[in-house]
Formats: sequence, structure tokens, C-alpha cells
Amino acid sequence: MNGIHDLGGMHGFGRVDAERDEPVFHARWERRTFGMRLIAGQRLGGNIDEGRHWIERLDPIRYLAHGYYGRWLASLEDRLTGAGVLHAGELDGRVAGAKRPAAPLPALPAPRPPAPHGFVRALERPPVFGVGDRVRTTNHQPAGHTRLPAYARTRRGVVARVYPACIYPDVHAHGGGEDPQYVYAVRFACRELFGPTADSTAFVHLDCFEPYLEADDDA
Amino acid sequence: MSDARDDAAIALRVEALEALLTEKGLLDPAQVDAVVRRYEEEVGPLNGARVVARAWVDPDYRRRLLEDGTAAIAELGFGGPQGEYMVVVENTPEVHNVVVCTLCSCYPWPVLGLPPTWYKSPPYRSRVVREPRAVLREMGLELAPGLEVRVWDSSSEVRYLVLPERPPGSEGLSEEALRALVTRDAMIGVARAKSPGDAGDG
Repeated sequence: MNGIHDLGGMHGFGRVDAERDEPVFHARWERRTFGMRLIAGQRLGGNIDEGRHWIERLDPIRYLAHGYYGRWLASLEDRLTGAGVLHAGELDGRVAGAKRPAAPLPALPAPRPPAPHGFVRALERPPVFGVGDRVRTTNHQPAGHTRLPAYARTRRGVVARVYPACIYPDVHAHGGGEDPQYVYAVRFACRELFGPTADSTAFVHLDCFEPYLEADDDA
Repeated sequence: MSDARDDAAIALRVEALEALLTEKGLLDPAQVDAVVRRYEEEVGPLNGARVVARAWVDPDYRRRLLEDGTAAIAELGFGGPQGEYMVVVENTPEVHNVVVCTLCSCYPWPVLGLPPTWYKSPPYRSRVVREPRAVLREMGLELAPGLEVRVWDSSSEVRYLVLPERPPGSEGLSEEALRALVTRDAMIGVARAKSPGDAGDG
């Protein structure tokens, strides 16, 4: 989806502000949010691609307002509400001091059986592309989840590495199963991505799932 | 973008959420404690520093690390979530590597711990693909003009770790002493490894 999360190449966010000797967490609420989201994610049975898509669907204000753990918190609330764990107004009521007991848990999905690997899957067919092949990304802009950033659509590059087939996020985030696809690290010149004033000595290597690519026959 | 009043409000909200989820039986605060403790105390860039220092002193290990990062890192006992398929990219006098995740904040947790705030924030994520040299310069790393800059955007589940160049003057150091020269920032690619005798933490 064309969302605020797709930040690569955007202007206007200013300088990188690197804090010296930064702690792992800055406040107790960040710690608790981190732990709760990992644990709740396991209990709710969602996969990582769905989890990323919950964050992408935050509106831009919520996405940006409280940093990384703010995004985790907002998406956790949405996810808990979506799963029927939190009832409408339940959290707001508790924050406002209501003493009402917590609503009981709905039936949750059974834990998934462990997979042989988190995301790598064997495919019988070989990869379509090999190292050195010239490729072009498609104009892929689904309304749902994808891992092809906007800055790299319809751009020409060269396959730098071929990785094993992996679960395909574009399908997996939407309940369509794993649909494994080969992954390639594709090398793009920054000038191809960002125009003729970009640094001629800079390159971006972007991991691309096979459906994002087509052969660049014009090369 | 948040001020103290926001922080107090969000702290209250998270406290209420944890209380509700505990009462519902979805989680136990002790589980949250255990997850937090793991990432606050056990997993961090010292793990990655062990990998890098080993590669600097052991050419066979370095070769294995560049060929199959996941297996070589597992030899030292590191692996797990956000590090199940590791690729190590080597800095040389000709090529400088730097890692980002423009779409979210993917990062190799088992070897580097949880990412710093700047790595997860819009300025770094938006700019380092477009103008890597300018971003690195702002962060204190000036690269030679002819050097190739290679930005790895972590858009799949592959996780990248930069193998920094071994600093000059470190020839006589033990593997343990070398570990102290390997910073988190050097393994993301926004800094060089420290030189022996460097005072700061780079």
C-alpha cells in the first residue's frame, strides 16, 4: 500500500539525530509494549507479515506520533480489537479509571505447528533469474501489503544475489497462505532510482521477491 | 514529537492495557519481564563484536562467514528471531556497505540487539538510500570520493551484518581486545571500527 511507512527517498524529515549511549528502552512503557506485543502476537496466532501490515495501516499521525514503540502500541491495540480481545471502549474506560472487570477472552486460534524454518521454503522449480541478469521491477502497487518500496518501482537493476524461496509477504499478510517465491538482492544505481543528480558511486541493493521482477529485454 | 505530558498519558495507557490483558489471561506480566530482560541484558552488539573479531583473526572463519553467515554465526551460539537468514557483507578499501530498512525497521536482533532510535526513525530511513554519503558524513563518517557506497535495504527476511575493516594498528591485539573495537554502528555501516587507543565509544 502507498502508506506513510514507505519512507525510502522521501524529503523533509531533517537530520539523523543519533543519541550517544542510548539505552535499549527509554521508558517503562516502551519495555512493556515491546514484551506485550511479542507475547500477544504469539497468542493471537498472527504472522509477521500481518503484523507489519497492521503497522502500515495506522494513519500517518498515529504512525509518526510516538516513534517505534508508539507504532507497536497503536498496532497492538488495533490487532487486539480486531481479534475481539479488546472490546470497543474497554481500554479507554480503564484509562479513565473505570473499575469494570475485563471482558473475557474470545476463542483464540490453536497454536500453529512448528515449521521447519521461519520463512525459507523449498520450491521444485528453479529461480527464473541468475546472478548478473538484468531485470526491471514492475509497477506493483497493491492496496495491501508489499515489500517493494515505491522508490524502486519500474526501475532497472542487476541481480546481485539469489536467495532461497521464502514465504511471499504480499499473499501471506492477507490470509492467502505461504505462496513461496524466490528472493533476489537486486543492485540499482542510485541515479536510476533518484535521478541524474544522485551520487554516481552509490548503489542500493534491495531484496526483491520474484513476482516484483521481469527480464529487462531492452538492456 | 512527544512531550512529557504525552509520555505520561501513554505510560498510563500501557499500564491499563497490561492490566486488562493480564486479567483476561492473555498474558502474564512475568512473561513480559522475561522477554524484556532477554533483549535488555542478554542480546546486544557484543554478540556481533564476537563474530567480527573472530573473522579478523581466523581467515577460515571469515570465509565461512561470508559464504554462509547464518551457519558461521550459529557456530558462536547466536541465532533466532530476526536472524534466521544472515548475510554478512564485507567492507574493503573499494566498497563501503551500510544497512537500512526503509519499509519498517528490520535489524539483526541476535547479533546487534534491538535497533537504536535513529535507525527506526524517518530521517535515516528516508535519506540513506537517496544520499548515503551525506547521511554518513552527518553521522561522522567521511568516505573517500571514489569509494563505492552500497546500501542494503532489508526488504525481505534476510538480515544483513557489515563486517568492518580491521583498523590499522590492531595487528598485535588478541581476539578479546579486538572485540572492544567493534561498535554497533560499525556493524550497521555508519561508522568504522574503533582504532586501538581511541578514547570515545565511536
